[in-house]
Amino acid sequence: MTWDEGLHRGAQVVADIPATGRELTYLEAIRDALRFELRRDPNVLLMGEDIGIYGGAFKVTQGLIEEFGEARVIDTPMAELAMIYAAIGMSFQGFRPVVEMQFADFISTGFDAIVQFAATNHYRWGQPVPITIRAPGAGGLRAGPFHSQSNEAWFVHTPGLKVVAPATPADARGLLLSAIRDPNPVIYYETKYLYRSLKGPVPEDDVTVPIGEAALRRAGEELSIIAYGAMVGEALAVANQLDAEGHSVEVLDLRTLKPLDEAAILATARRTGKVLIVHEANRTCGVGAEVAALIAAGAFEHLDGPITRVAGPDTPVPYSPPLEDAHRPAAPAILEAARDLLAY
Amino acid sequence: MELHPDLLIRAHYYMRLARALDDRGTFLHKQSKIVGGYFSQIGHEAISVAAGLALGPDDVAAPMHRDLGTYLVRGLHPRRILAQYLGRSTGVSLGRDANLHGMGDLSLGLIGFISHLPASTGVIAGVAHAFKLRGEPRVAMCFFGDGSASQGLAHEALNWASVFQLPMVAICENNQFAYSTPLSRQMNIANIADRAAAYGIPGVIVDGNDFCAVYQATCAAVERARAGGGPTLIECKTMRMRGHAIHDNQAYVPKALLEEWATRDPLARLEATLRARGLLDDDALAALHARIERELDDAQAFAEASPYPEPGTVRDGVYA
Ligand SMILES: Cc1ncc(C[n+]2csc(CCOP(=O)(O)OP(=O)(O)O)c2C)c(N)n1
Ligand SMILES: [Mg+2]
Repeated sequence: MTWDEGLHRGAQVVADIPATGRELTYLEAIRDALRFELRRDPNVLLMGEDIGIYGGAFKVTQGLIEEFGEARVIDTPMAELAMIYAAIGMSFQGFRPVVEMQFADFISTGFDAIVQFAATNHYRWGQPVPITIRAPGAGGLRAGPFHSQSNEAWFVHTPGLKVVAPATPADARGLLLSAIRDPNPVIYYETKYLYRSLKGPVPEDDVTVPIGEAALRRAGEELSIIAYGAMVGEALAVANQLDAEGHSVEVLDLRTLKPLDEAAILATARRTGKVLIVHEANRTCGVGAEVAALIAAGAFEHLDGPITRVAGPDTPVPYSPPLEDAHRPAAPAILEAARDLLAY
Repeated sequence: MELHPDLLIRAHYYMRLARALDDRGTFLHKQSKIVGGYFSQIGHEAISVAAGLALGPDDVAAPMHRDLGTYLVRGLHPRRILAQYLGRSTGVSLGRDANLHGMGDLSLGLIGFISHLPASTGVIAGVAHAFKLRGEPRVAMCFFGDGSASQGLAHEALNWASVFQLPMVAICENNQFAYSTPLSRQMNIANIADRAAAYGIPGVIVDGNDFCAVYQATCAAVERARAGGGPTLIECKTMRMRGHAIHDNQAYVPKALLEEWATRDPLARLEATLRARGLLDDDALAALHARIERELDDAQAFAEASPYPEPGTVRDGVYA
C-alpha cells in the first residue's frame, strides 16, 4: 500500500459500526466473539485458569462451558508455561486455541513459549502457530504492580508475533475474530478498565476488523493524537475540549500494535504536522517510541513541532490511589501536552 | 511431646491477632477504605503462626497472600500492615504495592511477596544457598499453595534445594482450591508431599488446622535444615474458608465441605487445648479480645492518620 492510499482511508472517520440496534459492553463483545468462533469452528477451544464454571476472573467466559462443554472450555492447572506450550501443540494438530491469561501480568510465566517457540516456528520450519493469547491488561483499577501492567511492548519487539489492543466494543469483537482466524500467534490485549465502563454498537454477523489497520476516530487539522486502548477515550475527550476552544484535533486509534499501520500513522502526521502519542505503558521503548521513529523518518518535512509522548513513567504501576493517578495518563496531562504542542 | 504453655499462649495471641486483623481488613474494605483486592486467610492461622514460630530470629521467610500470621510473628507491626492496606506512605511498601504484596523487611527476615506464584520457592532456595555458602546456621522457609505447586518453578526450586542440600523448609498450604480450581484439576495424586520422593527429600503431611502438629513438623524440619540435613517439604492440609479474594463468594465450593472444615477451625482447636490444660478461661479470652481490639484500633488510627504518598514521588524508588 502506498502512503496516499493510507491517507485516503485514514481521512475518513471510521464510524464505530453501522447501527444494528445491538449495544454491548466491551466485555460482552469479547464474550460474543468467543461464542461466535466456538460456534463457527469446531477446532476453536478455550483454555485458562478458572474460565469454566467460574467464568473467568472477570467473567468474560461466563456461560461458555455450559454451551460448549469441558472439552472446549478447559479449566487448566495453574501453569501458564504448560498452557501456552500445550496450545501451540494443539494448534499443530489443527486446533485454534484461545488462551486466557488471568491478568496480562501473568503472561511472563509463559514467556518462553511465546517469544521463543510460538514466535519463531514459521520462520524456522514453516509451521504456522494459530493461537490467540488474551491478556487483560492496563491499570486504573487500584490493582497494584502485578495486576495493572501494560506489557505489550515485550511482544511488539518480538518478530513473529502480532499484537492487537482494541479500544471499542466493536473492535474488541472484530479483532478477536481476526486474531482467532489468523495463522500467526496473536497477543490480544483487552483493557480491564473498559470491560464494564464502555458500551457501544457491536455487529451480530461475521464482521471482522482486519489486523494491521488503524482507525481514525476523529478528523482534524492542527494536531494528531495517536493512542490505543483506554487512552483512545481520553484522547477523544481532550480533542472534544480543544474543539470547543476552537482547535481542530484528530485522533488515530492504532488498534493493532504489531504490525503498525504505517500508512495511517504517516498520513495523520503529514496532515496535521503535529503529533502527540499517548499510552499507558511506560515510556521507554514503548510503542510510542516506534511510532515516533516512523514519523521522524517518514513525515519529517511535514512536521511543525516536536513529536511528543505522554506515557506512564518508567516505574511499576503503583497501588495507592494518588500514586496511581499520578502514574496513569489521563485527560488533564494529555490536554496540557496538547496545548503545548498546539502553541508550538 | 507437650508444647510449653508460654509457646501455646503466644501462638494463641498471634492466631487471634491474625484473624482479627483479617476481619478488620474486610470491614475496612466494605467501607471502601481499602480499595482493590483483599485476601482473607481465615483457616490458615495455625500454619502461618506455627511455621513462623518454628523459625529463629536470624532465619528468613517468604510468606504469601494468606500468611498474615507469619508476618505478625516475625514482628511486622499491625500499624504498618494496615497502613499498607490503606495505601499510605507509612505502609510497608510506602503505598506502592497492594494488600500483602511487597510486605518485605529483611530486618525482620521477611521477603516481599509478588503475585507470580510461586516466586517464593525460587528466591528462598537462593537465600538458603547463601546461608550454606557462608556456613551460617540459618534456615530459609517458603510458602506456596496447591495451585502454585503446578508451576514449573516449584519443582525447579525443590530440586535445586535437594541437589545443593540447602537449609530450606518448603511449606505447601494445601487449602484444596486455587481460586475456583479444585485439587482434582491441579494434580492426579493424593498428596503434594508425595512429590518429595522425586526430589530425594523428606515429604511430611500434617493437619494444617492443628497448631501443635504444624509446629512440631516445622520445628523438626527447621532443626534438620539447620544441622545440615537438607530441605524438607511439608504439606499442610487445610481449607480456604472464604473466597479466593473478597469479591468471590466461592459458590463453587460444596457447602458440606465448608461445614465439615468449620468444625476443624484451627483457633477453636487451639483454644480447646488451652482450656484442657488450664491455660485459658472465658475471662482470659475476653481480655485477649479486648487487648487485640485495642491494638487494632491503634493500628487503624495510625493508618488513617498517615498521609497518602505525594503524587510527586511517583517516579521515586525504582533504583537503589
Ligand atoms: C503465575 C501466576 N498465575 C496466576 C496467578 C493468579 N492467581 C492468584 S492466586 C491464584 C490461586 C493460587 O492458588 P494456591 O497456590 O492454591 O494459593 P491459595 O490462593 O489457595 O492460597 C491464582 C491463579 C498468579 N498469582 N500467578
Ligand atoms: Mg490453594
